[in-house]
Amino acid sequence: MKNTLKVTTPTDREIVVTRIFEAPRPLVWEAMVKPELLKRWLFGPEGWTMTICDEDVRVGGAFHWAWSGPEGAAMSMRGVYREVVPPQRIVRTESFEFGCDSQAGEQLATIVLTEQAGRTLLTLTVLYPSKEARDGTIASGMEHGLNAGYDRLEEILDAKA
Amino acid sequence: MLNLMVKYASPSLDRVFHALAHPARRAMLRRLADGEHNLSELAAPLRMSFPAASKHVRVLEQARLVRRRVVGRTHVCRIEGKPLAQANQWLEKYLAIWEANFQRLDSLLDELKANSGRPEP
Repeated sequence: MKNTLKVTTPTDREIVVTRIFEAPRPLVWEAMVKPELLKRWLFGPEGWTMTICDEDVRVGGAFHWAWSGPEGAAMSMRGVYREVVPPQRIVRTESFEFGCDSQAGEQLATIVLTEQAGRTLLTLTVLYPSKEARDGTIASGMEHGLNAGYDRLEEILDAKA
Repeated sequence: MLNLMVKYASPSLDRVFHALAHPARRAMLRRLADGEHNLSELAAPLRMSFPAASKHVRVLEQARLVRRRVVGRTHVCRIEGKPLAQANQWLEKYLAIWEANFQRLDSLLDELKANSGRPEP
């Protein structure tokens, strides 16, 4: 598949996600900053829906996203925009909460959109406060996974075991 | 944005990712990838005491990434592949969730492209 999602870890504190979209850059920009559009694609895992999408996309403006999932589970992401250069660049702080559990320290996300012959390359770089925070993102993130009642993965793993 | 979907996994995967989150334990696993080693051999390159190394191996054991057997006074460690393969499957699943989001975005963009020829209401 030519538009494959790629994830790399170029430095100790970063995770970089790239993906190409078959659309001009201004449209991709719109889809990433307009709440009514964001709500249509930025879901969680299956069974989750986006319930809050407040955006104030300007330098110093805040955003707040929230999702609700199975069995009353909830997660949210908040942050503040540091750089906004339509339609090419966003830098914002991000801090993630799952239920009452907050992520330790905020991370810095940089979104860069590059247009190439009518297609748009999205590069999302997340800079964590430390290597441990990056490496622990997945590990610590899953400590409470049991409570969420999302056990499809286990079913899949069990089936393949 | 990236950690939106990391919250869901089995308790055994929690232990695997917890075990993998420490550089010393990753170094031990890399060492064990080429065959069995005893605890002193694992501790030496990390400049670790025997008890400290043993503690790390215990975390790896709890995640079932490593199996240890005691032969006389030697603790022989061996890597177990299956939990790593499961963790890998989980990560693929994680990427698949992201890809599902991006495919919804693909469809939305198609729709926006189709509409963008029209004048704004």
